[in-house]
Formats: sequence, C-alpha cells, structure tokens
Amino acid sequence: MSPTLLAAAAPDGPSLADFGKDPLWISIIKALFIFVFLMLGVLFGVWTERKVISRMQHRYGPNRAGKFGLLQSVADGLKFGLKEDLTPNTVDRVLYTLAPIILVVPAFLAFSIVPFGPSVWLFGHQTPLQLTDLPVAVLFVLAMASIGVYGIVLAGWSSRSPYAILGGLRSSAQVVSYEIAMGLSFVGVFLFSGTLSTSEIVASQAHGGTVGLFGLDIPLPSWHVVLLLPSFLIYTITMLGETNRVPFDLPEGEGELVGGFMTEYSSSLKFALIMLAEYVNVFTVSALSITLFLGGWRAPWPISLWDGANVGWWPMLWFFIKMVLVFMFFIWVRASLPRIRYDQLMAFGWKVLIPLNLGWILLVATMRVLQVESNRVALVYTLAAIVLVGCIAVWFRFDTVLQRRREDREAQVEAEFAQLRDAPDAGGFPVPPLDLPHYHGAERKEVPSGSN
Amino acid sequence: MNEAVPSYLSPTGQEIVFLLLGAVAVGSALLVVTTKQLVHAALWLVVCFGALAGCYLVLTAEFVAWVQVLIYVGAIVALLLFGIMLTRAPIGRSDDLDSGNRVVAAIVAVATAAVLVTVVVDGFRTAYADLTPGRGSAEALGGSIFRNWVLPFEALSVLLLAALIGAIVLSRTDIRGR
Repeated sequence: MSPTLLAAAAPDGPSLADFGKDPLWISIIKALFIFVFLMLGVLFGVWTERKVISRMQHRYGPNRAGKFGLLQSVADGLKFGLKEDLTPNTVDRVLYTLAPIILVVPAFLAFSIVPFGPSVWLFGHQTPLQLTDLPVAVLFVLAMASIGVYGIVLAGWSSRSPYAILGGLRSSAQVVSYEIAMGLSFVGVFLFSGTLSTSEIVASQAHGGTVGLFGLDIPLPSWHVVLLLPSFLIYTITMLGETNRVPFDLPEGEGELVGGFMTEYSSSLKFALIMLAEYVNVFTVSALSITLFLGGWRAPWPISLWDGANVGWWPMLWFFIKMVLVFMFFIWVRASLPRIRYDQLMAFGWKVLIPLNLGWILLVATMRVLQVESNRVALVYTLAAIVLVGCIAVWFRFDTVLQRRREDREAQVEAEFAQLRDAPDAGGFPVPPLDLPHYHGAERKEVPSGSN
Repeated sequence: MNEAVPSYLSPTGQEIVFLLLGAVAVGSALLVVTTKQLVHAALWLVVCFGALAGCYLVLTAEFVAWVQVLIYVGAIVALLLFGIMLTRAPIGRSDDLDSGNRVVAAIVAVATAAVLVTVVVDGFRTAYADLTPGRGSAEALGGSIFRNWVLPFEALSVLLLAALIGAIVLSRTDIRGR
C-alpha cells in the first residue's frame, strides 16, 4: 500500500496512529462503557432471545417480572446470587473455581478492540470510540477465544464427572477446529484491507476500489460482505460453532450429556459466570462480523448518502442496529435448526469448511495480484491456468477412484442379493444379523454381536 | 543495535517487566517437570508459554506474541490436555510420574541451558536493541520473511506438509504397506 493511499484513507475514520493518546481517565470511561454495554446486553439479550424464540414457537415467553417480563433476567441474576454455592466433594477445588473466571475474562477482553464509531469530542478530548487498537487486533480476538477454551476444558475436567468431562472434550475439539476455519475466513479481508487492525479494516470499507479487467474499470462494492461472500458465509457458520450455539451446541447436548461441561455447576454465581461468558462471546463474534464484513460502524447505503451519517455519535446507532440484527440471526437459527451429530460436525468443519476456505483464499489472492501488479498479468494468468488444470486433474483422478469404489460396492450388493434370492428361507432380502445380544437365562453370559 | 549501552544498574520499567516475565517462565517450566499432578503440569506449561508471549510483547514483537498465544497456548497445549484427558486424567497426586532417567535429563537440560546462555552472552555481549514500537507488526515480519528468508520458510513448509501427510498415512487403516 503506497503512502498516498494511506493518507487518502485517513478521513474515513481513525487509524492506528490515533490510538494510545488518550488520558487514563478517558480509557477508564471507555472500558466502563464496554463493561456496562456488555452486561446490559446480556441481561436484555437473554430476555430478547427467550421472548423472540417463544413468539416463533407460539408461546408467550417470560411475562411476569416487570412490563413484558423485561426484568426476568434481572430476577434470574439475583436468584443466582442468592442460591447456595454447592461444590461437589471430589472436585479439584482451585480449577473448579478458576474455570468460570478463565471463561469470562478473555470474553470481555476481546471486546476491547471493537470499533463503535469514529473519533468524537469527549470532555474536550478528541478520541476514537474504541478502547484500543493493535496492529494485530483480529489475531488478539482469536487468541482470547483460544484462552477461553481452557475454561471449558478445565470446567469439564475439574468437575470429576463423566458427563462434564465428555462435554468439555467435545467442546474443546469443536472450538479448536472451528477456530481454524474462522481464522482462514479472515484472510480474504486481510488481503483486501491490507491490515489486521480493526479500525483500519473499517476505514478500508469506506470506498470500494475499482478493478481493471479487460480494459474496463469496474467499481467494487465497499463492504467486504459483497466481495468476499464465501468468506462471510463460512465465518457465519464458524461463529455459530465457535460460540457453541445451535446447531452446534453439542457440548451441552442435554439428551446425551445432561448439561455438558457445566453439569456440576449448580445454579450459583459460577454458573451465572459461564452463561455470561457464552453471551459475551456471542456478542464478540457478532461485533467482529460487523467490523470485518458488514462495514463496521458505517451507515448502510441509503443513509450513507446523508453527509452527517458517518461522523460524530450517529455511527454508534448504526453499529447497535447491526448488532441487534446479527443477534436476531442467532435467535432465528436457534429456533429453526436441529442440533447436528458430532461426527457430522467435525467432518463438516475439517472436510468442507477448511478446504473450501483454502481454495477461496487462493482465488482471492490471485485477484488481488491482478489488481495490484498489472504488469505481470501474463505470468499470473499462466500460473492460474496451471493451478486450475492441476486441480481439475486431481479432481478427475479422485472422481474415477470414487466411481470405481461405488461400482464395486454396487456389484457386491448385487452379488449378495443374488445369493439371498437362492435362499428363500431368509425372505429373499438382506436381514439384520441374527446374532444381536440376546437374553439366554440367568446362568449364561450375554452373547455380544459379531462374536460368532 | 546501537553502540551506546545503558547501565545495567538503572533498569527501565520495560527491563524489569522483562526480567520478571523471564523469572515466571523459568519458574513455571520447573513446575511443569516437578509437579505431582498430571493435568497441572500441562497448565503450568500454559503459564510458561504465556510468560514467553509476554516477553515477546515487551520486546514489541506483537505479531509473534499473539501467534504464540494462539498456537502454543490455544492449540498445542489444548491438544495435549485433550490427549491426557482421553487416556487418563487423575485428579490429585500420582506417584508414578517420576522417570528413572531424571538425573540424566536434568544434566542434559542444565548443559543445554549453559551452552545457549554462553552463546547468547558471547554473541550479543554489549549489543543493545532499541525498542521502537511497530517493528514486530505483521507487515514488517511478512516483508522480512518473504524478502530475506523465503528459502528457510519454504523448507519449513515442506517439512510441515510431510509431517501432515505422514500423520494422515499413519492414522488411516485402509492404506496398507506393500
């Protein structure tokens, strides 16, 4: 990126150079604001989720505490605080207490790099509406998410209960593998905005560039969600997986694991902390999706024609509206989709999302090279053609092998049918094995399947 | 690296933090090998890697620091814990954790440390790196890797790829040796 481009990007919002100049008390005000925002967000987010999901299921939902049941979460929180804090006898006490804290602290820390708006005047100081920014801010969020995994694992392990440990293991495997796909879906954004800092990523979505293709200047849309739609879709799926939400909420699949890793946490403040961390994580991934793909605090198209839309305090409203919409999406998904099976979850993450992502990154990188260095077009096209031909060759090879396997299997099934047709006492159809476990009386041992 | 060497007797705040983080790293590394509780050993390893990431942060290598947290703390020790918990994860003390080779291991560890410390002290005796922020950003690091160190980078990539394919081959039961 040339310096002239960077200089031109400056009025689009704060950049990295604008950070680290606040007096301490302004930083404290911002941190306090984020804390209060998240706490109120969780209180009313839980209420919204319960209410909306109830209406989607033709129920009323909470409607006793306060007007429209608005105070239901407050009542729940008070109840959590007043209940007896039971600690099972054999738990590892230090880790059992520490686990909810390990879950909550990184969840809150990750929000410190979310841009809420452009620079504003706050008590005589001009300051960006963002607590802090790093040259590698997005990596920081991923790192915080990966520390949060420890809370889950340790909560599961230290509870000393098979359900809890299974839930913890499932959850850690799920979060670690979906984090890879999530990190890869950011790469396209990094390639287009040329930075990992959140404020500059938002600034890079102010104006779409143009691409010169076959002598035509085609204007590109400014929000990354349009140009990098595959990245955005993959991120949307991984953000559901990363936060253990439906349809990926297997760690707490109550049908098989009671309550997952939090089974042994009785309804006390520790349990409240775990729930708090889950909701804050949902808010963090929502805010990240807005920052990276949905234009950050920038106003959407019809409003952005108004000159005052992207200055002052207004952008906080756009950010909040986008936040509510993304959270509504979470609720909608929860109301519509069933939970998927664990092996499907892992296969989907590793065999679909990651390879798709890698292919897409290759494509995006090629496009970027064409956009940036137009003097090597011939070389790039040649390389792209070679890669494409290679991919097709590999695909054909796998396809023929798969085809052969499929034919083999069909032939085998056909042979079995032919054999069974000769044995009419079996009904002429493949029947379930007859050596399934049977009860043979009190003296004899049970005969397991497949032991003949 | 500049020639003016500040005195060791008046350390700056950064240097004090760096030394403290180093002490935490060494102390937690010792606890990894001496603790009697298996899972706690893995957790002390997390503390050790975290302190190392803190050291990188103090040296203004932000990208390396967060990658250290992301990969070593977030993935490698998590997988280690995963492995321990899938096989056996006793709560409380286990008495069979001490290996018979621990004297030899301690000697090798101390010798390695001595070699490394002498090499570093000898190589950078009075050199002093000034810590201007921004040198360890992703941009600077990427430029350095892909301009000056492409060949080692590619060699490492091929090594990692080989390890990946090896892991797949080892874990698949339907590929037989000939």
